[in-house]
Amino acid sequence: MSGILASMIDGVLVGAVYGLAAMGLSLIWGVMDVINLTHGAMIALGMFCMYLLYAATGINAYLLLLPTIGFGLVIGLVVYWMAVHWVVGRSMLMSLLSTFAVNMMVIGIGTAVWSTSPYNVNFVLPGITMGAYTFTGNHIAAAISAVVIALALQLFLYRTRTGKAIRAVADNREAAELMGISSTAVLSIAFAIGIALACTSGALVSTLFPFTILSGAVYQLKSFVVTILAGLGKPFGALVAGVLLGLLEGVVTPFIAVSWIPLIEFGLFVVVLVAFPQGIFGKRATA
Amino acid sequence: MSALLEVRGVSKRFGGLVAVSDVSFSIAEGEILGLIGPNGAGKTTLFNIVNGVYKADQGSITFAGKDITRYSPDKVVHLGLARTHQIVKPLNDLTVLDNVTVGACFGREYLDMAAARKVASEVLQQVGLGDRADLVARSLTIAGKKRLEVARALAAKPKLLLLDEVLAGLNPTEVATMIELVRKIRDSGISVLMIEHLMQAIMSLSNRVVVLNLGRKLAEGLPDEVVHNSDVVEAYLGFPDIVDKLTRTD
Amino acid sequence: MILRRPFFWIILLIAAGFIYAPLHGNNVSLREDLILIAIAIILASNLNLMIGYTGYVNFGHIVFYGLGGYVGLYLTTVRGWNLVLSALVAGVVVSLCGFLFGLAILRLRGAYFALATIGILQAVQAFVSNFDPWGRSTGMYLSFASYQPLGGARRALWITYFLIIAVMALSMILSLAIKNSKFGLGLFAIREDEDAAVVLGVNATLYKAIIYSVSAFLPAVAGALMFFKNGMIDPSIAFEYMLSLEGIVMLMLGGQGSVIGAALGGTLYEKLRSYLLTSPVLSNFHLVIAGGLLLMVVLFAPGGLIGWLYRWVPRSRKVIE
Repeated sequence: MSGILASMIDGVLVGAVYGLAAMGLSLIWGVMDVINLTHGAMIALGMFCMYLLYAATGINAYLLLLPTIGFGLVIGLVVYWMAVHWVVGRSMLMSLLSTFAVNMMVIGIGTAVWSTSPYNVNFVLPGITMGAYTFTGNHIAAAISAVVIALALQLFLYRTRTGKAIRAVADNREAAELMGISSTAVLSIAFAIGIALACTSGALVSTLFPFTILSGAVYQLKSFVVTILAGLGKPFGALVAGVLLGLLEGVVTPFIAVSWIPLIEFGLFVVVLVAFPQGIFGKRATA
Repeated sequence: MSALLEVRGVSKRFGGLVAVSDVSFSIAEGEILGLIGPNGAGKTTLFNIVNGVYKADQGSITFAGKDITRYSPDKVVHLGLARTHQIVKPLNDLTVLDNVTVGACFGREYLDMAAARKVASEVLQQVGLGDRADLVARSLTIAGKKRLEVARALAAKPKLLLLDEVLAGLNPTEVATMIELVRKIRDSGISVLMIEHLMQAIMSLSNRVVVLNLGRKLAEGLPDEVVHNSDVVEAYLGFPDIVDKLTRTD
Repeated sequence: MILRRPFFWIILLIAAGFIYAPLHGNNVSLREDLILIAIAIILASNLNLMIGYTGYVNFGHIVFYGLGGYVGLYLTTVRGWNLVLSALVAGVVVSLCGFLFGLAILRLRGAYFALATIGILQAVQAFVSNFDPWGRSTGMYLSFASYQPLGGARRALWITYFLIIAVMALSMILSLAIKNSKFGLGLFAIREDEDAAVVLGVNATLYKAIIYSVSAFLPAVAGALMFFKNGMIDPSIAFEYMLSLEGIVMLMLGGQGSVIGAALGGTLYEKLRSYLLTSPVLSNFHLVIAGGLLLMVVLFAPGGLIGWLYRWVPRSRKVIE
């Protein structure tokens, strides 16, 4: 029995990272009604960013999260001006396709540079041992990092002027513009933050599991499941939903082969979409 | 003569908001019923309930003898109940003719393409869009788009037409043309339920008027009676003789 | 009535060209080039029914092709059935699956639907990888004996080629027929404004389910034929996510919504792809270039090449459909 408990706790820890990843997706979706199909690729880029930074400097991986966030912000701005700015407000199909095109390009370049061999970030924190089970330090640190960043995001959105501007634009872009808020500036910042969150979650994942340029796709699906579960607009909702997903995985993995997991998550995805039109916590965006 | 449409005790709430509360009225064949009231009174919601977009929480709706309370909008059209939207919904990338052909194809008579095209052309002539048949719908002016809404609904050969603020956004000339069109529609045997704010139109077109306020029916009767009803004046019109002043033709 | 559309005859002409060109002179390498183009056209044309006509983006379209391949290969290799029968049964079975999938996900709109189709692709792939009768992740192999009823391997390859060209022609004819039919008009209405379409009397739920399963049929048949020709199938090549995405690029490139657009996009992209894959320098960049192309189209020419043509020569709309 305690084997399952250990698996569940582990799932909760990893789930916090899922929640972090989902926050990025949810923010962009909620603010500009764009479904960011580069999400998986950005997570993968975050993984490689951490890998490169750590290989170059050897500094504590968790301190390296800060430059990773910076990297994410820059990449986010680039992608925004390349593909997203021009499709905001156009049909959903166009924004799906344009972000999708960028995804293809990033994966293509990534494969050319790094091929599809697995990579690893060998930074290990000592774990905590309770009885027969050891919880790896990395998992704990990742969960803590995710929660800290979520808190920071919440503070940013609710306590700063820019954050308020972002929420205003998310609510009603035209009205916000009429109030003097430059929606382009806000959208680009919001998008950049969303990408930074994705990269950061990728960086955290890189300390937990081996990865390839294609690993982002798995986390993208999880992010979608979490975002749909949580509804949009509340970072903490995404965090909680992520933890729930992680918990579910923890309960299920001791019993079922890993290859069935996509099937289960997809099933969950459809069930939630159909049964909870409003998400469990927040508002569901029009799709 | 039994009523064409009977709405009985219809109520609808959205979460905590009661949009429509215990509304009942009926429409006879060949009449125009005006539906007026302040914004937010529940008029469009009522339309949505009648044509099946929303399901009533309580009450029933009977059309041409059939209970359509649970019907979806596409089934309702097949029975002969068509509607236009307050905010027009043209099928933007299709031509004006194709737009109206959709109405004819999937309406009460469920015509095949060739027959539907013919009906569509005729209807376009009737509403005055005949010369713009091959234009793409998105390129029409707002007045044109409003007429397109009406044309699409007419092509479905309805027995009852629901018009939702079909005059909003039109200039005086366009308003006059549209009023004539509505009158012609009624004269051709189609009953009309129209939501309108333009009192001049309500007075000149309606056989009877129903007033909604805060989701409830406030008054019902002949246009003259209703506009002089003190509750209606207080809730909506503002001044007791305003309608007389507005519709004076000297 | 479809015979009156000039484009119908253009389709037949194209098919005739595909048949005659490699046959004349027994040009096997040309045949191999053309078969890939034909498959691209089949996939793009049927995808067009969902994306171009109905406005529902299907990211996992390749799942029908792969499933068709599996059912077809299973019936021919394991059960020893006749090729044409197997392919047709594969088409029917996969269409039925499509109908069932559709029931689950067609109530979802826009992006949610698109995501759900990716999920279906991954779920089917996961399922097949664990499915014993179909060889799990190893897949299935065709024994040479299966080519015997068709008169030996060499003849079998030619016959399969002709059958695939027939499916290609059928795909285009199907697109053309639907485009000019009442059913097609209903689909266009759904694409433009689904809520308005329902209010106008279109049974959107039924129409979407029908077109989704119809769009599964011919790709499944093609899959059964193609994997028979290739002699083997496994989950990774049957449900290649890339192929699904490339289908979308082809469609956007050529011009979604038109019959010729799918064909043109399929042809051009397939040519580009084979060039890129054989070039030593560029093979790694085929994804990058495909993505870049898609981005260009979305930003600057959302109507694709045919969209341009229609804009500059409006009369061409009537002939080149």
